Amino acid sequence: MTHRLSEGRRTAAFVAVALFGAWEVASRSGGLSPTFMPAPTTVLGTLGRELAGGLVGHLAMTMGRVFGGLLLGAVPALLLGFAMGLSPAVQRSVDPFVSALHPIPKLALLPLLMVLLGIGEAPRLTVIAAGAFFPMLLNTLTGVRQISGVHIDVARSYGATNKQILRRVILPGSVPMVLTGLRLATNLAFLTAIAVEMLGASDGLGAQLWLSWQTLRVDLLFAVLTLIAVIGVSISAGLRLLARRGAPWLSEHTAQI
Amino acid sequence: MVSGTLRTASAGRTSPEASATETPALTCSHLSAVYPGRQGDVQALRDIGFSIRDREFVSIVGPSGCGKSTLLRIIAGLQQPTAGSVSFGGASRPGTGLVFQEHGTFPWMTVVENLAFGLEMQGMPRDERQARALDYANRLGLGQFVHAFPRELSVGMRQRVDIGRAFLSGAPLLLMDEPFGALDAQTRWVLQEELLRIWLESRKLVVFVTHDLDEAVLLSDRVLVMSGRPGTIRQDVSIDLPRPRDSRRDHAAIREYTWHMWQLLEPDVRSGLAIKG
Repeated sequence: MTHRLSEGRRTAAFVAVALFGAWEVASRSGGLSPTFMPAPTTVLGTLGRELAGGLVGHLAMTMGRVFGGLLLGAVPALLLGFAMGLSPAVQRSVDPFVSALHPIPKLALLPLLMVLLGIGEAPRLTVIAAGAFFPMLLNTLTGVRQISGVHIDVARSYGATNKQILRRVILPGSVPMVLTGLRLATNLAFLTAIAVEMLGASDGLGAQLWLSWQTLRVDLLFAVLTLIAVIGVSISAGLRLLARRGAPWLSEHTAQI
Repeated sequence: MVSGTLRTASAGRTSPEASATETPALTCSHLSAVYPGRQGDVQALRDIGFSIRDREFVSIVGPSGCGKSTLLRIIAGLQQPTAGSVSFGGASRPGTGLVFQEHGTFPWMTVVENLAFGLEMQGMPRDERQARALDYANRLGLGQFVHAFPRELSVGMRQRVDIGRAFLSGAPLLLMDEPFGALDAQTRWVLQEELLRIWLESRKLVVFVTHDLDEAVLLSDRVLVMSGRPGTIRQDVSIDLPRPRDSRRDHAAIREYTWHMWQLLEPDVRSGLAIKG
């Protein structure tokens, strides 16, 4: 099994090298227009130069917005999710709002929020937070709901108080779904952050993407995209690590979902 | 309550009369359970009454859907009966250990944490309960798995942990709902023997729900044979076989009892099949 997996990785690496090699050669020989498809080494060169220059600052802005949005969106969603999962009354009163607001593409709220909150960080953070809110809420709620009644019965029979049931059964039992919610919320916060930055921000990776299109600096465009891809992969890897640490009882397969 | 006892020539050590003077540790009187259903109410249990002495091992057998598990949940206090009551020799419900068919162990706790859960709920300090659980794990042959999670164990091992947790908790009342129902026949024999051994050492009051008649006779002092829905107690059968018992050595004596019980159950099992088509 491990052997076949590593074989699959070798194949993937080979295909990637071949693809980038062909691109490099084609771009350098003029088969591909170096203006629209600059060679991979050119893109890496630009990325290095830009990181040494101002790109790190833009990266920090974007990550700040992602974390700010998670803090404002996913954390309250986590708490509300638990409250809804534990109390049918809370769930009944919150459900209508969730059903009404969840289907709205959160980005569509940006113009209205700019009218209400003014031009600046507030409407951006609100949109990112709204994007992160719902996946976290719904997954946390499901996490609490799917806890087996058998486990609650067993804990109760051994004399567990409600507080002990919360701490020893419901909290750990909901961890897998909470982690899934966190992964979806983070991905959505990242996506939304890039999008709002393209819509009128002067800093951040999204703004840099937009600027490089407007100035037709395709090498910068590719460089920023590369950086975004690397961040996306790193976020996934970080969350997998968090899952392994936070929920060591999950199988490797479940933890990777 | 119907109360007939089957006597066999081979054994007959305890007489019900001698024990009648003892205060029962658990008494169910006139228990009924009704569930609201789509086509009117469904009566799961009707006028169930019996009492169990301390340290007794009592099994409940019956056709599927006869309300065995409902009865167990009512005794555990997890569900209220529609009518009737459960009372305990003392005033309030004693500490209870519940064992289920398969997924009773907590997936997020290691074997040792699962074993120690009952002690943890009683407020025993961490080091002490850890030491006791480790000691118990070694005795159950779980020594090398103490830091494993249930996912990493076979179903048989998980059931060992679940049963061990119940005994280790020191709860005087143990309720088991088909704990060996998901095991293959050979693993089941091994675990039945183990259960008998730990039970003989500690002599807790055990109420054991099963659909396996051989298992019920092998393990129990008494077997309550239930009817099909609505569940009533058809007969209270004392198993007068000397302990320690062995499922294969005592096969012939056990079969006398199971044959008798099957005759009681067969019509209900057949009509249950007919109803479900």
